[in-house]
Amino acid sequence: MNPTPSQTVGPFYGYALPFPGGGDLATGGVTVHGYVRDGAGEPVPDALLEFWQADPAGSLRGAPGTLRRDPVNGAIIGRHGVDFTGFGRVPTDADGRWTLRTVVPGTGYISVCVFARGLLHHLYTRIYLAEHPFLDTLPPERARTLLAAREREDVYRFDVHLQGEKETVFFDFG
Amino acid sequence: MTSPPTQADIDLEIAAIRAAREGAETHHPGRDYAPYRSTALRHPKQPLVPLKDPEAAELTGPVFGVTDVTALDSDLTRQHLGEPMGERITVQGRVLDREGRPVRGQLVEIWQANAAGRYPHQRDDHPAPLDPNFTGVGRCLTDDDGGYAFTTVKPGAYPWRNHVNAWRPAHIHFSVFGTAFTQRLVTQMYFPGDPLFPYDPILNSVTDERARQRLVAAYDHELSTPEWSLGYRWDIVLDGPAATWMEEGR
Repeated sequence: MNPTPSQTVGPFYGYALPFPGGGDLATGGVTVHGYVRDGAGEPVPDALLEFWQADPAGSLRGAPGTLRRDPVNGAIIGRHGVDFTGFGRVPTDADGRWTLRTVVPGTGYISVCVFARGLLHHLYTRIYLAEHPFLDTLPPERARTLLAAREREDVYRFDVHLQGEKETVFFDFG
Repeated sequence: MTSPPTQADIDLEIAAIRAAREGAETHHPGRDYAPYRSTALRHPKQPLVPLKDPEAAELTGPVFGVTDVTALDSDLTRQHLGEPMGERITVQGRVLDREGRPVRGQLVEIWQANAAGRYPHQRDDHPAPLDPNFTGVGRCLTDDDGGYAFTTVKPGAYPWRNHVNAWRPAHIHFSVFGTAFTQRLVTQMYFPGDPLFPYDPILNSVTDERARQRLVAAYDHELSTPEWSLGYRWDIVLDGPAATWMEEGR
């Protein structure tokens, strides 16, 4: 069957898709933060990042409960912290910035799906928290865009450049 | 400072790109689509890097369950004390993969403008009324047949600043998860026969006519409820590969 075409997330997803604690996959692990920038180097304040990752043991089974609800009033009460759901969602702020709190995945990378106003079809990239054999398969200047910079213990910086000299590597899974 | 493009300028650009891609069966919009001006600095210029790894995390994806939705989420007309203004409608259909298999137990999220064409978002300054009885956000999980259903009101068209006298055709935003992260889809559902279709660069970014038609719901009289609501049907087919081993357990 032929697929349903993609369309942009537009500018007004902000009251629908983000949810409290969307970027808090786990406590006591690592913080990954950065900016989303456009081809002019300007911050993108209306992007939405989604994250999917393995647990520390490398399991990709995930778990429900990312959006766990209060059955009394419907409010989002979020993950209960026992199961690792593996999924996160964070809108960029007015400064184009995002923050994720999670644990180091056993696979070495966090998968990222990027949505934005002005982006007609989402983009996939990966955050590698350390050197990895996969990065050696890419030209060094491109591989560099996938490697988070360790700023201090347990804090990593990763910027997404949609276009330009520092353009991030985006993937096609075919 | 150049003056903003007119609808005639945009129409010419849309027609030129469509002519250049005539006959090509492309499913998704190109990310570099000049008539939608915000794409200019927001599309990568390097080619995407092919990634074919049977172990890739992206061949699996997040899971959702009964904890993640409430029964009221799928009825956007019952989320406030009163009834929203507008034409009450139902939108239902199935979520399938490219082999036609149902996508079961996955999250479908929608958001939309109210009947007057206004979003309850601080950056929406269209001078149309907000509706205190309508937020315009819904969620549900697909059933064992891949089915989803929402009750809402028909959204209004609204202006935007892509060019002079730019108007978006009425649409409902959809966010859909498959069994794999690679199948993720965010898109927009349109209503049949909308006179604004030819003028809209976002819809026309899908350059293949057959693909564009797949974004338009069908009015289905059998789905209309007497004395209550008008029924629309819209099936969604997710693109992208998935790990076959994941299919078994879900």
